[in-house]
Amino acid sequence: MNEIAVQTSSVCKGFGEGEARTEVLKEVNFEARMGELLMLVGPSGCGKTTLLSVIAGTLGVDRGEVDVFNSSLHALGKRAVTQFRAANIGFIFQQYNLIPTLDCVENVSVPLRIQGQKAAVADKKAAAMLETVGLGKRMHHRPNMLSGGQQQRVAIARALVHDPRLIICDEPTAALDSENGTKVMELLRGVAARPDRCVIVVTHDNRIFKYADRMTHMEDGRIDHTDTKENNALEHN
Amino acid sequence: MLNLALKMLLGDKAKYIMLISGLTFAALLMTEQAAIFCGIMQWCGSTLDNVGAPIWVVDPMVEQVNDTEAMRDTDVGRVRSVEGVAWAAPLYQGNLRTHMRDGSFKFVQLIGIDATTFAGAPRDIIQGRLDDLRLPNTVILDEYGSKKLSHDPAKPIGLGETFEINDREARVVGICKTRMSFSGNPYLFTTYDQAVQYAPSTRKMLSCVLAGAAPGQDPAQVARRINQATGLKAYTKNEFFWLSIWWYIKNTGIPVAFGATVVLGFVVGLAISSQTFYSFVLENLRNLGALKAMGASDGILARMIMLQTFTVGLIGYGCGVGLATVFGLIVLKKGMPPFFLPWQLPLITLAAILFICWLAASLGIRKIRNLEPAIVFRG
Ligand SMILES: Nc1ncnc2c1ncn2[C@@H]1O[C@H](COP(=O)(O)OP(=O)(O)OP(=O)(O)O)[C@@H](O)[C@H]1O
Ligand SMILES: [Mg+2]
Repeated sequence: MNEIAVQTSSVCKGFGEGEARTEVLKEVNFEARMGELLMLVGPSGCGKTTLLSVIAGTLGVDRGEVDVFNSSLHALGKRAVTQFRAANIGFIFQQYNLIPTLDCVENVSVPLRIQGQKAAVADKKAAAMLETVGLGKRMHHRPNMLSGGQQQRVAIARALVHDPRLIICDEPTAALDSENGTKVMELLRGVAARPDRCVIVVTHDNRIFKYADRMTHMEDGRIDHTDTKENNALEHN
Repeated sequence: MLNLALKMLLGDKAKYIMLISGLTFAALLMTEQAAIFCGIMQWCGSTLDNVGAPIWVVDPMVEQVNDTEAMRDTDVGRVRSVEGVAWAAPLYQGNLRTHMRDGSFKFVQLIGIDATTFAGAPRDIIQGRLDDLRLPNTVILDEYGSKKLSHDPAKPIGLGETFEINDREARVVGICKTRMSFSGNPYLFTTYDQAVQYAPSTRKMLSCVLAGAAPGQDPAQVARRINQATGLKAYTKNEFFWLSIWWYIKNTGIPVAFGATVVLGFVVGLAISSQTFYSFVLENLRNLGALKAMGASDGILARMIMLQTFTVGLIGYGCGVGLATVFGLIVLKKGMPPFFLPWQLPLITLAAILFICWLAASLGIRKIRNLEPAIVFRG
């Protein structure tokens, strides 16, 4: 079995105060490993996005421990978490979240520039990454001139350009038709998944389940069970 | 990151132009209103500029330049004898009515200057000669008056034309440029002796004594010495100017009314530009949130916002002050409304704009600091 990439123990997280308070994560013990593409599935509102935010360090926890590549995010200061994110995590969002006033190369170069790399160097790497995702001809288009599938491919390029060890995707295919969804997942499998990397995908989309190495089911703020190839719950074709 | 910040700003042309125009308008409003205010204030002391003299000696009770109390003719000699005084000359000033040949009449501000020294003579004579003022019954009219006294403004009064002041003939031998007076009456220059003839006769006719300090002497100190030696009140031109301005501020509603529009200009400018900036930041919040999620620190984001606001601020400031200057050049050609742009004014506007930028930027930065980067996961 591969090395553990992400581990949470007894993580609790709630929102609101007093009467209005809701506990969203209830003692979550979650685990993702190096080299795998792990899917996190479950009914709407069960806390998938919240768990993803906690793992990414964009949301603090109330209780429990979050370890990513042996760094304890729950114990780090805000600043250190931000730095950790910049160096180690790539993001793919449902709404792509590309910056509309920047062209594709500039958008893709953002993570490198955040790390302080020179614009020329960053743009060069970004251009190469756009080639990899098949958008070599769209370098200087603005996002609004691209289709949804193409925009998501730009977002994938952006998530990978700084070679992070953890890729976090929240419903990456939800806004796409099945053909484009398939393309995006093929790309994630082909380019993102590597032995030294961990990809976590939150999804509702059963058309893409087949791309998972393991599938963790969430139910009402808890991890219910995990399907693996070993227990044959996952069917591959 | 910083050049991306500029690209993010310039990327949306429509929004960018709106931001710039908001700030341009604010800067224009502040500068132009304040310049008109300064112009009006300058009108209050126009006589001090039109009648050039370093030291003005008046009756101790006098509060401002446009309202002087008559003194004795002998006061000229008393001032002249004070140590450090190089020269002293009499001056008459009063508002008199002119009667034109066609029966119309207008008020003028009559200035009577010393015929031997011509101290206080108009500096910028555009037609005729100053020396002709030594001929009997002659006057030099200002350019504004040459139009105002004429029944047809297209045909201004020229050299050789005559009119009457208190049944005495006045012949125009020169046209000069002056700064407009607060009362709006044109300036009419003649000699002191001639002015005394035109004016309705009273026991004392001397309005004030003009004086100059000897070379190497400080006019302010010479003025103090005149005060002590004569019991009259001597001011340097600058002191008399500010005394007059303050008199107008304290005694008339005009500066206060205009001051209020200046303040209004600032408040409106402040409101418009902070509002436009803030909505710019709000609209950008999702993008900035994505950057924050991807690991951009608050410090970087703050610098990006600062760069964006100050870029827009400085460009808007430049356009605004530029437009105000163009407005001023046009207005100065026409002479109305008053307009005076002292060098301090653009600096004050700059400070105000920078303050606005700083305010908008810090509001935005606070917003970013409290922003949960997790919002970008939500639809
Ligand atoms: N910032 C917040 N403030 C208050 N409540 C929140 C906040 N974020 C999430 N919640 C609540 O937490 C619960 C879980 O939300 P979460 O987004 O994690 O669910 P999800 O499993 O991702 O659902 P979906 O599949 O619809 O995306 C929801 O009931 C939601 O209303
Ligand atoms: Mg969700």
